[in-house]
Amino acid sequence: MAAFIVRMGPVLMLWLAVCVSGSWAVDRGNFKTCDQSTFCKRQRALKPGQSPYRALLETLELTNTKLTLQLINDNNKVRLLLELYRLQGNMTRVKINELKPLKPRFEVPDVLINDPPTEPLSLLSQDENGMVLSLGADSQRLIVSAKPFRLDIMEGREVLLSLNSRGLLAFEHLRIRKDTLADPEGAEKKEETDAASEQTEGEEATKEDEKVEDGMWEETFKSHTDSKPNGPTSISLDFSLPGVEHVYGIPEHADTLKLKTTDGGEPYRLYNLDVFQYELFNPMALYGAIPVMLSHSPQRTMGLFWLNAAETWVDISSNTAGKTVFGQMLDYVQGSSETPQTDVRWISESGIIDVFIMLGPTPTDVFAQYASLTGTQAFPPLAALAYHQCRWNYNDQEDVAAVDQGFDQHDIPYDFIWLDIEHADGKRYFTWDPHKFPQPKEMLQGLEDKRRKMVAIVDPHIKVDNSYKIHSEIRSRGFYIKNKDGGDYEGWCWPGNSGYPDFTNPEMRAWWASMFAYDQYEGSRENLYTWNDMNEPSVFNGPEVTMHKDAVHGNWEHRDLHNIYGLYVQMATAEGLIQRSGGVERPFVLTRAFFAGSQRYGAVWTGDNAAEWDHLKITIPMCLSLGLVGVSFCGADVGGFFKSPSPELLVRWYQTGAYQPFFRAHAHLDTPRREPWLFGPENTALIREAVRQRYALLPYWYQLFYHAHRTGQPVMRYSLWVEYPQDTATFSMDDQFLLGRDLLVHPVTEEGARGVTAYLPGNGEVWFDVHTFQKHNGGQNLYIPVTMSSIPVFQRGGSIIPRKVRVRRSSSCMEHDPYTLYVALSPKRFAQGELYIDDGHTFSYEKQKEFIYRRLAFANNTLSSRNLAPGSQFTTLSWIEKIVILGASKPSKVTLKMPDGKESQLEFDFDASMSVLTLRKPGVNAGVDWTVVLQ
Amino acid sequence: MSLVKLLLLMSLALVMRAGAAVEIQRPRGVPLSKRQFYEEEKPFTCLDGSRTIPFDRVNDDYCDCKDGSDEPGTAACPNGSFHCTNAGFRPAFIPSSRINDGICDCCDTTDEYNSGATCQNTCRELGRKERESLQKMAEVTREGFMLKQQLIHEAKKGQEEKQVKLTEFQSTKKGLEEKVEALRTVKEIAEEPEKEAKERHLKAWEEQKELIRMEKDKARMAEAFLELDDDADGYVSVAELQSHPELDPDSDGSLTETETQGLLGGADKVDTTAFESVWSSIKGKYLLESQSDPPAPVETPQEEARDLGSDHDSDHYPEDYAGEDEDEEEDEEDDDPEEEEDKAPPTVRTPEKKEDDEMSMPPYDAETQGLVDAAQKARDDFDEAERALREVDDQIKSLEKEIGFDFGPSAEFAYLYSQCYELSTSEYVYRLCPFNRVSQKPKFGGSETNLGLWGQWAGPEDNIYAVMKYDHGTGCWQGPNRSTTVKLTCGKETVVTSTSEPSRCEYLMEFTTPAVCQEPPSLEEALHGHTEL
Repeated sequence: MAAFIVRMGPVLMLWLAVCVSGSWAVDRGNFKTCDQSTFCKRQRALKPGQSPYRALLETLELTNTKLTLQLINDNNKVRLLLELYRLQGNMTRVKINELKPLKPRFEVPDVLINDPPTEPLSLLSQDENGMVLSLGADSQRLIVSAKPFRLDIMEGREVLLSLNSRGLLAFEHLRIRKDTLADPEGAEKKEETDAASEQTEGEEATKEDEKVEDGMWEETFKSHTDSKPNGPTSISLDFSLPGVEHVYGIPEHADTLKLKTTDGGEPYRLYNLDVFQYELFNPMALYGAIPVMLSHSPQRTMGLFWLNAAETWVDISSNTAGKTVFGQMLDYVQGSSETPQTDVRWISESGIIDVFIMLGPTPTDVFAQYASLTGTQAFPPLAALAYHQCRWNYNDQEDVAAVDQGFDQHDIPYDFIWLDIEHADGKRYFTWDPHKFPQPKEMLQGLEDKRRKMVAIVDPHIKVDNSYKIHSEIRSRGFYIKNKDGGDYEGWCWPGNSGYPDFTNPEMRAWWASMFAYDQYEGSRENLYTWNDMNEPSVFNGPEVTMHKDAVHGNWEHRDLHNIYGLYVQMATAEGLIQRSGGVERPFVLTRAFFAGSQRYGAVWTGDNAAEWDHLKITIPMCLSLGLVGVSFCGADVGGFFKSPSPELLVRWYQTGAYQPFFRAHAHLDTPRREPWLFGPENTALIREAVRQRYALLPYWYQLFYHAHRTGQPVMRYSLWVEYPQDTATFSMDDQFLLGRDLLVHPVTEEGARGVTAYLPGNGEVWFDVHTFQKHNGGQNLYIPVTMSSIPVFQRGGSIIPRKVRVRRSSSCMEHDPYTLYVALSPKRFAQGELYIDDGHTFSYEKQKEFIYRRLAFANNTLSSRNLAPGSQFTTLSWIEKIVILGASKPSKVTLKMPDGKESQLEFDFDASMSVLTLRKPGVNAGVDWTVVLQ
Repeated sequence: MSLVKLLLLMSLALVMRAGAAVEIQRPRGVPLSKRQFYEEEKPFTCLDGSRTIPFDRVNDDYCDCKDGSDEPGTAACPNGSFHCTNAGFRPAFIPSSRINDGICDCCDTTDEYNSGATCQNTCRELGRKERESLQKMAEVTREGFMLKQQLIHEAKKGQEEKQVKLTEFQSTKKGLEEKVEALRTVKEIAEEPEKEAKERHLKAWEEQKELIRMEKDKARMAEAFLELDDDADGYVSVAELQSHPELDPDSDGSLTETETQGLLGGADKVDTTAFESVWSSIKGKYLLESQSDPPAPVETPQEEARDLGSDHDSDHYPEDYAGEDEDEEEDEEDDDPEEEEDKAPPTVRTPEKKEDDEMSMPPYDAETQGLVDAAQKARDDFDEAERALREVDDQIKSLEKEIGFDFGPSAEFAYLYSQCYELSTSEYVYRLCPFNRVSQKPKFGGSETNLGLWGQWAGPEDNIYAVMKYDHGTGCWQGPNRSTTVKLTCGKETVVTSTSEPSRCEYLMEFTTPAVCQEPPSLEEALHGHTEL
């Protein structure tokens, strides 16, 4: 769904025609540059140099859980309070707030899954220049320098990270307005009061002239004025990362995986926006924001989590300047300018500085550290990992039935069919168009009969219409966001004039969740799930197509929490889906806007992309970036939302999407139909094959998501530093990826490609082409000739991957089907893998421990299945129908041994040309112990 | 652990056409036609010949044959197919992947023998329904086909009639062409003396006008002299003339004594005789005190007369006329030139030309009028003949166009020509005018949208008359021009049965007509043509 394409009357159409026709690119003029966002401009004008901040060492307080210390700005004498925490799992938290703000500053709630458990800090030494603290057992030290204030985290002789080393800490304290708007004779008096109050705080109040700059108390962008009742409130801090050349993360941007330096250009912007026809390869903000950056070098992986939900800009530079290191403790540090270093600077419009420094040292550690703070990927129902068929819009019930029938006729599996905004009665979500969808329950039952499901959209803009129950209830309960004057905030969106519920209010969220109950959401059934779009929030007539920053959420301004609004929408919706089943069923909710922690509530997609080859390519770095910061369930609209793909592009997109976590085709209202069978029998067959590969691999996908849910490890990984952290060859590559550890995918994303060059990592390792079983050595660039049917995918030697090769029309139909195990041997003739099985859709795996989790291992010519979760219990009808061993030699005999001592011989087939050994029908249940011995 | 136990063989009850029930043993999922390949107690050779396996591996839920032929009754092979006998209905093949998937695909329930799905045998019911619908369809087809024969007959007749008409028109046209030429000559001959007489008349009139004008001028001069000669001494003096500042030669706003003297030819005063030469230099500016308006330029009447004359001439050549005035172009064909001649002068007249009315041209003398009347008649006759020729021409063109249309192999679609059929939905009225256009009009106000103009027959190669394509309709924002595909199905009536917009701006219309009804097979064939056995 897009912002702005519209059936909203001729005037708007005309305006659109003027704005849009002839150009597919984003209208940049609709969105702010750093210069147009006055706080960014003010902050960025501040250049590296001597910091005015000084630590008041005498104010040090050290308790079991934290250290506190006051900082003073020597220019204006405003004091800040620094809090330092040593967190369990090798993390350090740095919080900086005003010591005595005029009123409280916003601290982001509901992102951390708990109050992070702390570990004691101990003071090692202290003098008038600073102090040294120990960070736990390792040789890690935290050095606090007093003048200027600065923090350095060291391990041994190495500086891992420095804060304020470039002196860019800047904290715009809350102040009383002094310009003409205050009563004229009071101006002077107020200054006196200020001075007096400062004096009562015991400060030698130098009246550093806080000059009022344009945009501090009011800011205008295009026709919109931001009233800024609190004046300037922005914050900024710099971080230096010695030895680091590669930083990643801070999605969402349509850019390369490795972040670029922003010197001389725009900073990366984090501000959830509905960007119409976004451009690629630039740092403009998109629909979601996760303020987490990862740094990587062959030696160490670290993360920075800047917990702030206001508009944020991130500057990255890669110079070696400003690296002077304080104190005797640091004398031995090699200050050589040849050492690479990345400097990062975060700027946010309001709130406080609250940074989590995740010290790794491995990628896995960083993922675990971040997961311990914000939680892991929600474990989706298995069907949600299958194929989704979407279009704006499937017109009516007959259309839905015809498309459903089309998939069966062409023998292409699918699990979910989606309805966009046109399904509702006048875009009143939770309702159905009475003409087009008169019998939603019958329609859903029809899908249920095929063991399929549906997703209907529910957006957070609510049509202002007193006869619409959702609206009148939200209004009467006072749940709408307010405008600056205290009335309900209203803006223009799909239904016309709309209200925006205040999802930051827990009561509102509880009420919203209750609306998904089967008796509230008329026409809903168990197989109806939900899609939250436009939750940036999108306001067609608002500044930058979003909400006015001076809108009010209870005690807070929209400015303070803009980036987390979308998270709350998905949170409340997911909760609704859980509640409607009495807490039994896992929810599935797709969102467009997101924030740190959104991974706990469902899936995200990369918004309104376009049917262009570059948009296909960018899906890889965009989803990889999200995966690195917790959001594994990511996908892009297959085929591209805007414009119409050529059959070749569509086929290549299906082939790529089949190997990306969220696999959904979607199309704009104005594009020609593109169901998979509309491009001739050859293309239909190619798409069918891609979708079937996805379905066969669902057991592996499901297992990866179980892992992601348990551990926070990403599903879609980048080959280098997640699994091959030393392999610098691939540090900037983002045209291929690993699924889990064991599948390497290098999709064809070039038009007219006749071959691709895939990098197979790992010296001394081997990789097997999953289609031909051809073995290739790791540590090489491999040229692979391709045809239209090629999807280059390789299985790592040393792994075991389960598949269900009996592909049926939906994933539910395959529930009891047998498994085929693909055992790819390492050069040392070793392999291992896992098998995870549960009911596929409830929380019983968690609440009743109803699941099967087994380790499959091949060593010493023996393949065995052993229980990894002794406390669990689940029975499956699935069995092992075939075992394919790649890189094997021919045995003389194969014996299946059961725990009760029973033995039987297995028939086998050996393909000497490819060294593939196929064991015929072991027939054992997938949930029991067994051993197969090759002799 | 529960291994799937499969029935290797099962009894199948088949309803023979004779009505006798016979049991035939064969592996599950094998059609009777392939029974001979599955012989119990003999090794089974995959149907593609790729390998041979012991018979107990047929339907053992493991795929041994590349072509899937060893597992006709299980889901083990990705490319296998399962045969449902569907006694009482039509037998069918389904993909193996639909065996035991919990969804009832075969009406005889045989595909779900181990999935726990509870399926009802619906074959008899389906069979009954299908027979009913086949019967109904056969009836429709039969009646439709009869109607079609009629249509063909009528079309043939119509076509012949049109051909006859065309021939008639063509010969009429030839006659008219000759007539037009003849009348043109007559007209030209009549117009020659008319032109001369008119010119004579005009010349006389102009001479007369000149006289009148001179007299008027003299009168004005006398009046002016009297006005100027304030002291009535028979002379106009410098002082007297100065009272008329409009005469200021350098237009600097003041009429000085010297300037006035200059006007009087250097004299201090002039008498009536001398005033004549003064008058000729000041009359252009002089304002009569009795009449504040300046005199109209003297040339006007002449020009207008000429204009009217040329208008008159060009009336006979509307094309040229239209070329002169683009605004009138679209009305060109409707305009009656004669009517215009009557109407035009009053609209051209303006108040300031009032004066000319007083001096309107006298009527033609009897002789001239006679020539004009004769010429006018010749023109009228010529115009009429030409108009008649144009009409015939148009008819010929439209007939040729109609005859040129592809109305199907036997012109059975000809009856749709110049007809329109409507369908009302909740929002719109859709209108299909075959071989012309498709349109959509909102029910509750709003203008009509063109959904496409007749393009071509667009059915599949073997049946191109099954689909009509209309394209180049109104453009869509960011999209293509609207187009409509019309699917034709056999029906007794000619009616639009449904419309939809499967893709934005691409419409689909279903239309029944007897014209596509095929010769019906015998009922027996319709009912049993596809059944096995």
